Amino acid sequence: MATRVGVVVFPGTNCEHDVVAAVDGLGGRGELVWHGQERLDDFDALVLPGGFAHGDYLRPGALARFSPVMGAVARFAADGGPVVGVCNGFQVLTEAGLLPGALQKNVRLRFLCTPVALVVTSGRSVLTRDVPVGTTLRVPINHFLGSYVCDRSTLEELRAEDRVVLRYKENPNGSVDDIAGITNGAGNVVGLMPHPERATSELLGSTDGVPLLRSLLDSATGARAA
Amino acid sequence: MRFVARVEVSLRPGIADPEGETIERALPALGFDEVHDVRAGRSFRFSVEADDEAAARARAEELAHRLLANPVIEQSHLELAVGTSD
Repeated sequence: MATRVGVVVFPGTNCEHDVVAAVDGLGGRGELVWHGQERLDDFDALVLPGGFAHGDYLRPGALARFSPVMGAVARFAADGGPVVGVCNGFQVLTEAGLLPGALQKNVRLRFLCTPVALVVTSGRSVLTRDVPVGTTLRVPINHFLGSYVCDRSTLEELRAEDRVVLRYKENPNGSVDDIAGITNGAGNVVGLMPHPERATSELLGSTDGVPLLRSLLDSATGARAA
Repeated sequence: MRFVARVEVSLRPGIADPEGETIERALPALGFDEVHDVRAGRSFRFSVEADDEAAARARAEELAHRLLANPVIEQSHLELAVGTSD
């Protein structure tokens, strides 16, 4: 049976179909999940895709955190289920307290929509476990609030526990320590600003998102077998 | 009783404020060379029904901390008065 990936849709989410197409293209089965649902189907993994959940009013993720589905997302994560937040999804995960830190306006107030070079800096997560550390990936970013911020002790913890999974080769947005993606202590919850689902075909200019998404699907299948 | 609350949310000291910096960089062109230390923030106004001022303050503080400000990067300041929002 294909690996079932629930793709959470908030009002204003706009990358859900890209994620479903990417997952389906890799042999998984992406299924949309409306944010008003309080219960989740029997998914093997969840993705919180990019967009503008609840219009990004107040702050990105600030209102999405109170959506009915978020309780189920938190329980799925607590049970060890793989959860990946891409861009706005990363912002939602930080606001919900599933990942530490916050995403702040880019330096020089720049809206960025461009491919960037990422370096895989830890294999300790569901998104990077099958990708060798040191691998450079070319994946697009598309954000205004993507500058990762956290306090010093959180940063020390992230480094000490090898939880910075992706770093920018050339920091585009002012993120502390060039951070593009982080994971939680267990490695099953990941947030990243770049969009791996937009780098899954030569027609899109890069296929470097594939190893990340394949790693997620493999982790999900493994979690189900366990 | 009805109270009107005003909450000012701003970035905590030490957190980079690209919006404030950008505004400050534009000031010399407008002739405001003497203006410095610009910090951008947001202001919210709402009214609260409560038995007394202490209760209204507690609820407004809770709202500010749980929703209006992100404690990772922001701080909030509450002002409360008797009356209605105009």
